[in-house]
Order: sequence, then structure tokens, then C-alpha cells
Amino acid sequence: MSLVDDFQYGLDAPICLTWELTYACNLSCVHCLSSSGRRDPGELSTAECRALIDEFERMQVFYVNIGGGEPTVRPDFWDLVDYATGHHVGVKFSTNGVNITDEAARRLAASDYVDVQISLDGATDDVNDKVRGKGSYRTAVRAMQRLAAAGFQGFKLSVVVTRDNAGQLDAFQAIADRYGAQLRLTRLRPSGRGADVWDELHPTAAQQRALYDWLLEHGERVLTGDSFFHLAGYGESLPGLNLCGAGRVVCLIDPVGDVYACPFAIHDAFLAGNVRHDGGFTSVWRSSELFAELRRPSGGGACSACSAYDACRGGCMAAKFFTGLPLDGPDPECVRGHGETALATVPAGTVPKPSQDHSHRTKPVPVSIGRRRPPERACDESPLTLSER
Amino acid sequence: MSTEDSAGPFDLDGAWRLDERVSVRPERFGALLYHFGTRRLSFLKSPVLLDVVRGLAEQPSARAACVQAGVSSAELPRYRAALAALAASRMIRPRSG
Repeated sequence: MSLVDDFQYGLDAPICLTWELTYACNLSCVHCLSSSGRRDPGELSTAECRALIDEFERMQVFYVNIGGGEPTVRPDFWDLVDYATGHHVGVKFSTNGVNITDEAARRLAASDYVDVQISLDGATDDVNDKVRGKGSYRTAVRAMQRLAAAGFQGFKLSVVVTRDNAGQLDAFQAIADRYGAQLRLTRLRPSGRGADVWDELHPTAAQQRALYDWLLEHGERVLTGDSFFHLAGYGESLPGLNLCGAGRVVCLIDPVGDVYACPFAIHDAFLAGNVRHDGGFTSVWRSSELFAELRRPSGGGACSACSAYDACRGGCMAAKFFTGLPLDGPDPECVRGHGETALATVPAGTVPKPSQDHSHRTKPVPVSIGRRRPPERACDESPLTLSER
Repeated sequence: MSTEDSAGPFDLDGAWRLDERVSVRPERFGALLYHFGTRRLSFLKSPVLLDVVRGLAEQPSARAACVQAGVSSAELPRYRAALAALAASRMIRPRSG
């Protein structure tokens, strides 16, 4: 049996676990996977987070990818990082850089067990700030300057590839080189608020091909988090495991303790359980019905007749789901163009919506003052009020 | 047996040990290795290789660790290559004495 087969059937613990600590964020990126902005009142407490870390240690989860929201806005963020590394759980956290002070940078540079990922979605401030918000480019660059000055070698510069920045790959590499960072490229998913902008922002077919060629040329230096395995349909596999690890080798724990199959699938259809109930995370990972189903071998459906199926494995489950495509059909960005054809047949209004939305309320809430709605039925109106008039 | 392909020469008769920053997680297929310093993951694709790696610290040489784990002389070159890859990725280190 090959390793990939082993992974299909699942492991006793995830290889890579994403843990979103909070839905709170200082930014409102248009493509946010978790529709973050405002804190959820039900977020895990410090004690609950520590108990979860204890569980990771018992399961031998080597490291967790901490994200959000912006995880560093949690007042207990640094304490939790210290608690994790003190319990043999490595931490890699994603940040927009807002709380990377000189002191934080020095502290991070001193630890073997903590890695940092700075998010930047444009190699220039105009391209970046259009997606991530005004001033966010400057914040990210300032954080990278501080990390570099503190001597942190090899932190990650993390980029979501979009139609607007797909032509800036060399420029991103140059920025990474300037600060001694490693470039990480990931795929734009139609998840969370990403669903609202995916049509305009996902790379064109020509850009996708150019990205594939670029990755083949530079792949050894660049991380992708196995993001682009659907591009293996072009012929050669990119470095990485090249499989959908959802519920098999990866999963997501959200700020309120819900466990989803992957970070791109925050929807009830991919909810395996909650760490507060359901016997804790270990039990959810090992015995949830959803994960058991994901670990069963499945056919390729419409794709099984395609000669590229063995390479791309039908692509990304979440990308299909949130564009309204069947899970056993082609990826919306199928390199053979089958996704585009399939997308044209998705009836309007049938695309699933994310299960939660913590976005900042940037639009004014309409309030009507003065006009009373007439009662729908006579007995809805209090007879007392009527008589007083 | 390990996913690394860059295997250089390897001293089978030297004494070796796991790097202290490496964590080992046994799995059905063998084991997962994670190095907290390099932040790299390696796969041991056989339970026998896991026995070899675990035996390194107690055995006088890598060769002895292989024998102890039941590796035959015909299989030795494959295990040597796997150990070389682990040494190249700093998962295992030479030990003095």
C-alpha cells in the first residue's frame, strides 16, 4: 500500500491541524475564508484552549497552524503559544502583522518551536490593500522588517494567488528574499467571504497555467500547503502529498470548538463535532461519522473517465461545494476546463452559504422610525392600546 | 523508505542517534517524524525502519541497529539509503561513543 493510500484511510491524529483562535480581526479581507471580523461570545476560554493543547500533546500532534481572525488580538495569545511549545506542540501562526512589535519579533526569533506566517496578497500596496484593506501592506512589511531585524530566518510570507497578483510571483519571491523569508503560495477558495469575490478574483485559466509552470520551476523553494494539487492534471505533480487531506490528515478547529474537515469547509455539511461535547477532539477525530465517511474510498463520479483523474483526484472538495458543484464532479478550476462547463449548469440560488458570518457590520443597519406597522390580525393589537387612543 | 531523495554516503559502522528535536509518532505504515528545528516532516514507510531508528541510540553502530531490527543483508542497501536520507535531513545525527 502506498503512503497516499494510508493517508486516504486516515491517521490516528492529524498531521496538520488548523486552529482558528478567534473570529475577531482588525481587517476585513474580501476573501476571508472564515468570514471573520467580530469575536464570537462563545469562543473557547483560556482554560479550554489549554485543555485542547494537552490533548494535542497526548495525540502527538507535532504542530498546529494557528489562525483566525487575527489570533494575536486574543489577550491570552502569547500565553497559549508558550503553553503549546512547553507541551511539545509546535506553533505556526498566521498574522497580518498588526501585533508584531520589536519585542514580539525578538521573542519569536528566539524560539525553535514557533513559526510565523505573514499574510500579504499583493507585491505592491495597491494590489494588496484592495483585497486586505487600506494600510495592510504597510503593516505586513513593517512586521517583516522587525522579524528580519530580530534575526528570524525563514519565517513565511503567505500569499493567496488571485487574478490581480498572479503576475507578481517573481516580485513576491524578491520580497521574501529581502527579509530572509520563505514564500508560501496558496489557492483562493470560494469559502467564507471568498465566495462573494471568487468569480472576479480567481486566476484565469492562462494565469493558472503560468502559475503551474512557475511552481515547477521554483517549487523546491516555495511552499504551497498542497494547495494546488488540482494542477497536477497538467501532467507533472507539484511537490507535496497531492491529495485532499480533509478529515484524513488535516482538519480545522474553529474558535467555538467546532471541528470541520478542513479550513476551507466551514459549513454544517463538513462539521464533524465539537471539542466541548462529543468526547473531546480525540473522539471527534477518531470516531465522527463524517470523518469515517471521508476516509472511505470513493469513486471519481463524472471525473473517473478522465485521463487526468489519477493525478488531480477530482480537485478540492470545498471549492466544488461552495460553487454549487457536485462533490464527485470536476473542480471549478479543472485544468481541462470541465469545471467551467459544469459551473454554467449550476442553477442560480442553489449555491450553499457558509454556516456562520462574523464580518464587521460595515454597512449601516436600516432602522425605520416613526411608522407603526399595521397589525396583521385584529387580535394582534392590544385592545387596551386601542381604547386609550 | 523515507520521502527524502537526496541521500549521500552514510557511515553504517558509525554510531548514530535521533536528533533531540525530533518527535516520532508510530503509525500503521511505520512512523511520522517531525523535526522542530527544521520544521520538516519525514515518513518512515516501514515498521522495521522505525525499529532501526529507535535502536540507533543503544546500538554501537547503525549496522548493528539494522541487524537487531531483523534487516537481512540483502535488504541492507535499502535501509542504508533510508538512513542516509534521514541523516541528510538532520533527523538523525552521529553520536560519539
